[in-house]
Amino acid sequence: MSDTECAPKDLAIDVRGLTKSFGKLKVVNSVDIRMPRGQVWGFLGPNGSGKTTTIRMLCGLLKPDAGEGTCLGFDILKESREIKNQVGYMTQKFSYWEDLSIRENLEFVANLYDLKKKKQVVDKTLETLGLSSRQKQLAGTLSGGWKQRLALAACTLHNPKMLMLDEPTAGVDPQARRDFWDQIHRLSSEGMTVLVSTHYMDEAERCDQIAYIAYGNLMAQGRVEDIIDQSGLYTFIAEGVGVRELMERLRGQPGADHVAYFGNALHVSGGDLDALKRLVAAHQAAGIKWRQERPNLEDVFIHLMGQSKDNSVAV
Amino acid sequence: MSALRRIGAILTKEFIQMRRDRLTSAIMVVMPIMQLILFGFAINSDPRHLPTLLYLEDRSAIVRSLTAGLQNSSYFDIQGEVQSAEAGTKALQSGEAAFVITVPAGFTREMLRGDRPQLLIEADASDPSAASNAVGMIQQITQSALKQDLKGEWASLAQAPPPVDIVIHRMYNPEGISQYNIVPGLLGVILTMTMVMITSIAMTRETERGNMENLLAMPARPWEVMAGKIVPYIGVGIVQTAIVLLASTFVFGVPFLGSVWLLSLGVGLFIIANLAVGFTFSTVARSQMQAMQMTFFFFLPSIMLSGFMFPFRGMPAWAQGIGQIFPLTHFLRVVRGVMLKGSDFAAMWPNIWPMLIFIAVATTVAMARYRSTLD
Repeated sequence: MSDTECAPKDLAIDVRGLTKSFGKLKVVNSVDIRMPRGQVWGFLGPNGSGKTTTIRMLCGLLKPDAGEGTCLGFDILKESREIKNQVGYMTQKFSYWEDLSIRENLEFVANLYDLKKKKQVVDKTLETLGLSSRQKQLAGTLSGGWKQRLALAACTLHNPKMLMLDEPTAGVDPQARRDFWDQIHRLSSEGMTVLVSTHYMDEAERCDQIAYIAYGNLMAQGRVEDIIDQSGLYTFIAEGVGVRELMERLRGQPGADHVAYFGNALHVSGGDLDALKRLVAAHQAAGIKWRQERPNLEDVFIHLMGQSKDNSVAV
Repeated sequence: MSALRRIGAILTKEFIQMRRDRLTSAIMVVMPIMQLILFGFAINSDPRHLPTLLYLEDRSAIVRSLTAGLQNSSYFDIQGEVQSAEAGTKALQSGEAAFVITVPAGFTREMLRGDRPQLLIEADASDPSAASNAVGMIQQITQSALKQDLKGEWASLAQAPPPVDIVIHRMYNPEGISQYNIVPGLLGVILTMTMVMITSIAMTRETERGNMENLLAMPARPWEVMAGKIVPYIGVGIVQTAIVLLASTFVFGVPFLGSVWLLSLGVGLFIIANLAVGFTFSTVARSQMQAMQMTFFFFLPSIMLSGFMFPFRGMPAWAQGIGQIFPLTHFLRVVRGVMLKGSDFAAMWPNIWPMLIFIAVATTVAMARYRSTLD
């Protein structure tokens, strides 16, 4: 992978063997991440796969059971204070003070980081994120999209070198989601390194690189194109009348590793092209049009998820 | 019938939740046990074995049997002698003694002459209920003690009128007004209640709402968070103190004999001690509800065993031992001592250092429990 060639000083995150258990449950299992500075990385994986735990370990909120490495050149075990000073972390659940106004929240954060020219910084941030008109509104009365905007404003207030956003767009409407991503790209163009976890494939495709983690294991890492190419997956798509009924019949058939319904088309994917072709040939029917296509990211992820489940069972 | 089924469904859910909330379940079981022990064994409204000092200017055999009689009555526990009247006053002031009994020079001679000498009993009446029973018994105790010795030619003295003129000085609260004792004590109770509850809830709220994760991701050190969260409540405590003291003086007419500065020191230490308890609770409680329950768990024995509701000396030794742990016990002595007795720093020191130790321990526990990570 291209990022491994980076010199250590160009890496925003450089960790090896990151491991964390809660009780008997191993939530993160020996994860290695080498993330270059200045990029936008997507962190993907099913619910409970260890994304949040990994992010928390990277920014010093949790102590890893094992593993070592640096974040922005600081030791994640010993220098969490320095990391906290230079990282903006946005929690999955809105965690600013609901009984404080937007402005009061930002002023509080500015004071906590001991920023200089607090008033100007707060004013400018309010302006940039379009919060000026609502600055006196209590955070608790904001809708989901506005809350996320406030959270982004607050965690970028101290001009961090790196942003870690934990599912920032969960439950946010498409327009607000798009605005939010415009902000992320703006920050990235200003030189900020961004690590963002998400469940949305369109968001993943807006990232320079993605890392896919499932059941605590890092399954794939790289550019979207590379991950699709490396998956070794072939996908056939069926469209037309009655494809929905076809789904049940194809499931579990030799060659069809995954059958999923996207939009109004049936995606049948598998690692064995010949077996897949035979299966498609056997299910030709009037009104159904088959074509082979390059698998999309979602096909690949469902495939990876299946694999990781197999792994966890095998272990 | 479907209504019953719905009620049943909710009932089942409640039971499941109750079982999951271990702390609440534990408190529901422990609370009645604690109350049974406190009310059943610890509380005693007829205090006995009250520490008594003697100031003897006459040491005849008759005086010896008199003091033996006092000791045997079980109301008085004679702990020794003082060498001067001032030393006796000091002992009363610091709370070391509840009674000082003075036998004047020539006591025996005058009694045998039938001159009815005075026997001076100085009682710490700052808590009227603590002293009243013993005071009420003293006439009878002396008479029966002297009856042993007044035989033969002296037998006539043992008849009425009593051979000794007992003079009782109810010190610090001569009229036995219970408000004098309760109102200053109330200051301690109010501060305990609010300081522990407000801090534990305010801290737990941050955890419950997820603010804590945010706070920890920003560069704030544990002690900085602690200090920042606690200082406003010190202000609240000061306002409460002012309200109680103003009401105490102008509404209830409670005297204020001692130094305002000494009382301020006591109030300050007491507030810090309670805030440290509240902070410790907040590091244990996972919800505001639990923080509230823990507050009551601390509050109840505090008011029971501190001497606020029932005389401290009326309790058995084990209960007094537990009572000594609570800062309220010591604070009550300071506030009553300073206001009613005009006690000075030296007299109050025995109650100030236990509060300092309490603060040190509670703060250490709070800091050790407070995590700068989410682990």
